[in-house]
Amino acid sequence: MTSLRIGLGQLAPALGRVDDNLADHRAMIGEARAAGVELLVFPELGLTGYLLGDLNAEVALSADGARLRELAEQVRGMSVVVGFVERSPDEQLLIAAALLEDGAVRHVYRKSYLPNYGLFDEQRFFGAGNQLRAVDSSLGVRLGICICEDFWHLPVPYLLALDGAQILVNISSSPGRDIAAAVEGGLGSAESWRTIMRAYAQLTTSFVVFVNRVGVEESLTFWGGSQVIDPAGDVVFEAPLLEPGLFVTQIDLDDLRRERTALPLLRDERPEFVLRQLERLVREQAGVPQDAE
Amino acid sequence: MAVGAGVAAEEASYELPPELLIDAALARRIIAEFVRGHLRQTGFERVIVNLSGGLDSALVAFLVAEAIGPEALLCLLLPYRTSSPDSRADAESVVALLGCHSRLIDITPIVDGYLEASLDGEEIDRGRRGNFAARARMAVAYDQSVPWRGLVAGTGNKTEALLGYTTIYGDNAAAFNPIGDLYKSQVRQLAAAIGVPRRILDKAPSADLWPGQTDEGELDLTYAEMDRLLYWLVDRRRTRRQLEGMGFAAATIERVERLMATSEFKRQTPPVAKLTTRTPGVDYLYPRRRPAPGR
Repeated sequence: MTSLRIGLGQLAPALGRVDDNLADHRAMIGEARAAGVELLVFPELGLTGYLLGDLNAEVALSADGARLRELAEQVRGMSVVVGFVERSPDEQLLIAAALLEDGAVRHVYRKSYLPNYGLFDEQRFFGAGNQLRAVDSSLGVRLGICICEDFWHLPVPYLLALDGAQILVNISSSPGRDIAAAVEGGLGSAESWRTIMRAYAQLTTSFVVFVNRVGVEESLTFWGGSQVIDPAGDVVFEAPLLEPGLFVTQIDLDDLRRERTALPLLRDERPEFVLRQLERLVREQAGVPQDAE
Repeated sequence: MAVGAGVAAEEASYELPPELLIDAALARRIIAEFVRGHLRQTGFERVIVNLSGGLDSALVAFLVAEAIGPEALLCLLLPYRTSSPDSRADAESVVALLGCHSRLIDITPIVDGYLEASLDGEEIDRGRRGNFAARARMAVAYDQSVPWRGLVAGTGNKTEALLGYTTIYGDNAAAFNPIGDLYKSQVRQLAAAIGVPRRILDKAPSADLWPGQTDEGELDLTYAEMDRLLYWLVDRRRTRRQLEGMGFAAATIERVERLMATSEFKRQTPPVAKLTTRTPGVDYLYPRRRPAPGR
């Protein structure tokens, strides 16, 4: 059995209303189970909403706390990725994704790259994560989970793929902007996302599962358009723009084997070469002289 | 798609710069989501729009009616004694087309009650009179929003906001604004797509604060020129040298940059003197609406 049924939980979270959002997540988990979904992915900050400002502390959950655990207990026979604000044991507030499996929180990832330009102000309200690792899911497939802006930094898909990820999972709260007739689909921000995601799928010969929220907060309208892309860079499924809902699609994991056989890019990666160049660059940019050892 | 819009523009009495063309169907969907989202977030079901007879407010009325239905929209027609009778007729045509609610209130007694009766013959220039009329309309709209139980929709566009061609706490006062990120050219494109009457589309844009006033006359540039310049300057961050290379006159660039710089205050909430540990708008930063205890 090499097929995998994927659910894209393209929700419109209610800003600051964790209980309401937990109820929406629970309902959709039930809906997904009925549809035979094996991997269900929810958007970034799906349990809290995005433009939290000083609400960040009020909506935060601890990764081993009761509320997340109660949600996880509902998850059996499938894998679910949820987005929330984590209050870490050292009292940092972080944008996080949890992988829920077999009734438990199996893995927590903390967003590593927080945008603080243009309409974004994440570094004011959140700390950045320092760990990036792929995780074996109980589905028998290795997942590389990351969050929104992480995908605008090349090391993230690169490192996750080197770490053995077969499916890159990106959960997002991407606001629509740059509306223009000249852009395919009409929305510049959506087109940029589609372009880079296809490139990542091709370059890492991995599946990409992208789940973006919908709904409105203040001036922002989140565009949805969640996608699944295969390891050849072809779009397997695209959810509609702006519409909330559970969208179900299926991928064939044999596609991964075939693509990686035909195009062994990952085999030919040279992490030790990259590391040497990185060490040199970091030294040079830190102003350490060449001969200093 | 872009070509079609270009042809339509050629038939019209104005120019639509190609770089400003938008996907009108998508813009309508996003704006409808925005309008409904704001009402949901704030717990309202209705909207109120000051309908001047001009293009911006007509478009907002059409967009709101599309988002929530005409039965949930109240359009106010608030003429002053110097307002053009054509403006009123055009506003009435919008109400008739949409089938929304409307109310006509003559603001002359409010404005003249202050300017004529209370100021004891003081010379009032037309700009000051126009600003007062704009604020009277705002006051009426906010008052009418109480019995209507609706939110006041703003009708200002991006061009006039960036140039400061607004009355602070007058026409720029609103609970939310569906078209404030659209240049006038884009307002025209969207208005044509959504079915705003040709008559309103083709007439010269005017604040109608005094007889014969036109925006382009006051700003001494066509909207197509202003919009192109603002688009490349603001949205595409082109330098002055690059803009001159694109054919914009140095004097025009300087004048537009000056208008923008001197009107920053109109686009921001007023500063509060920082004295305590947490100050609203400075380091007390919450979403406009947030969960309240017991709700």
